[in-house]
Amino acid sequence: MSDQKDTRKVDVWLSGTEEPEWLVESTDEGAQKMAVSEPDSRRLEQEGRSFRDDRLLEDELTPDDELMILNMGPQHPSTHGVLRLNVELEGEIVRRSKPIIGYLHTGMEKTGEDLTWLQGPTNVTRMDYLAPFHNELAYSLAVEKLLGIDLPPRAVAIRLLMTELNRVSSHLVALATNGMDIGALSMMLYGFRDRERILAFFEKTTGLRMNHNYIRPGGVAADLPPDWQEDVEFILDKVPPRMLEYEDLLKANPIWLGRTRDVGAITVEECLAYSITGPTLRAAGCDWDLRKAFPYSGIEEYQFEVPVGERGDVYDRYRVRVEEIWQSLSLVKQIAEAMPEGDYKTDDRKVAPPPRARIDESMEALIHHFKIYTEGFQVPEGEAYVAIESPRGELGAYVVSDGGAKPLRMHMRTPSFANLQALPVMMADSIIADTVATIASLDPVLGDVDR
Amino acid sequence: MADDQVQEPTDEIPERALPENAVLLGLAEKFESIQWRLSSGQDVFEVPKDSVRDVALAAHDAGFEMLSDLTVVDYFRQRTPRFALVINLLSQQHLLRLRLIAPVPADDVSVPSIVPVYPGANFYEREAFDLFGLEFEGHPDLTRILMPDDWEGHPLRKDYGVGSIPVQFKDSHQVK
Repeated sequence: MSDQKDTRKVDVWLSGTEEPEWLVESTDEGAQKMAVSEPDSRRLEQEGRSFRDDRLLEDELTPDDELMILNMGPQHPSTHGVLRLNVELEGEIVRRSKPIIGYLHTGMEKTGEDLTWLQGPTNVTRMDYLAPFHNELAYSLAVEKLLGIDLPPRAVAIRLLMTELNRVSSHLVALATNGMDIGALSMMLYGFRDRERILAFFEKTTGLRMNHNYIRPGGVAADLPPDWQEDVEFILDKVPPRMLEYEDLLKANPIWLGRTRDVGAITVEECLAYSITGPTLRAAGCDWDLRKAFPYSGIEEYQFEVPVGERGDVYDRYRVRVEEIWQSLSLVKQIAEAMPEGDYKTDDRKVAPPPRARIDESMEALIHHFKIYTEGFQVPEGEAYVAIESPRGELGAYVVSDGGAKPLRMHMRTPSFANLQALPVMMADSIIADTVATIASLDPVLGDVDR
Repeated sequence: MADDQVQEPTDEIPERALPENAVLLGLAEKFESIQWRLSSGQDVFEVPKDSVRDVALAAHDAGFEMLSDLTVVDYFRQRTPRFALVINLLSQQHLLRLRLIAPVPADDVSVPSIVPVYPGANFYEREAFDLFGLEFEGHPDLTRILMPDDWEGHPLRKDYGVGSIPVQFKDSHQVK
């Protein structure tokens, strides 16, 4: 676990500075250098580290006919789905860009108004398909806030266990796709392989690898399987050594560093202005984590740290995700050890269906069961906004009830949607080869963006 | 109805409810028009729609650095005014959330944009325009964001049906 964590000091070489000894030795022919004949200014420009920032002056503007508008997507493989970008190029430099979204819009908020409160998780779980448990948890917490019910401790702990495991699996995909987009194809295979171990546990518990509909208002759908502890231990045994291998693969890899250091940087002030949350905000240097700031589901009882970056570039975002995997694995271990016994859903029969055995012996239980699954339960009139920390940032659910069995309005504040607004800021005046690295480091999920 | 008695008119103006929190109290005292209430334990300011930007600017200066969320609720045939613009603000320094709710009547859907205060509202206001048809004055690029550019209507309004699309190839002959 966390004591296995990689604490070796990493020598980080920044391109542009003198090459350290270990770097020259680390490859057969030494690190690649630019030709000596290239002047420094040209080299810095090629690396995207130097740009004219006084383009606002009228006489500095490149004539319009020398700018090129390039359309990326919506079917570009490195856009993580159907993201489309219009970029305005001056030579190789991206001057302006505009994300164009909506290709995956399926009207889930409209659908949500036609589903009962209990059917809601089936709908929201499909939004961020890499972190389905977080969607269900945010929605369920908001509905429970309106209902004003308390959950048994085991239901709360199961929810935390599943969401923290889900954070690991989601970040593994982020590492995998981030690697793939920059050319580290082996990272793609490794990341998906380890994610599969966690998904196997999800499948055993919920019946599905994704889109679980497991966390519901009133608790969770089913108890953990009888041998769940062995499964969690298996994950805790297998993932950390692999993580160390991936550290070897990427952490000090000169090519990786060259592609990610000082690329797509963003400051804390820009993040706050553009509503950007999650690893992107933390990589910029702000230790903002909703699990610490507004703790939910009793997460304040467990020990964990909030990893923070310094420069807010692609490399820092990668590091923050790796550190969060370690923190989440440590959380999973703590939660599994402290897992209380008891019910996995509330005993409020107006919200959660009775146990199967009670239906055979109690008429009232049968009625409750029938009412919940036909017309659904009623939620008191009111509105609530509850946000949790999803792997991508602040995931909020805003629900409005008119006292009926269906929501009057069900809105999800999805982190990827807001985070996409960072792209034009991050990509301005960078070279086009960095575009893909920047998109990958944001880890957008288009189902989460378009809903 | 239980209370058939006609209430005697009094000259006293009902005392305005004010929040306890010092930051929120400062904001509420700054604007006479703000109505504070608690909704499920969360602080809500009801503001007139024309002063949304002013209140947002004051909230930003009072320490609400980030816009969490901006959305609209359609109370079709339930309330007048019909729409409610809902803005969720977040203050990291005060560990506070604040919700601004501005009622918007159906016959006058223009609202001042808060993009000058919170640039992050850009996508959210475009979404609100796209799906509800609210018009944000002063927004730099108020175009559809989720629906296609040539779409007619605003799908999340309550009077917009779920609808159907023609099924393709349904009359093609069956393979036997």
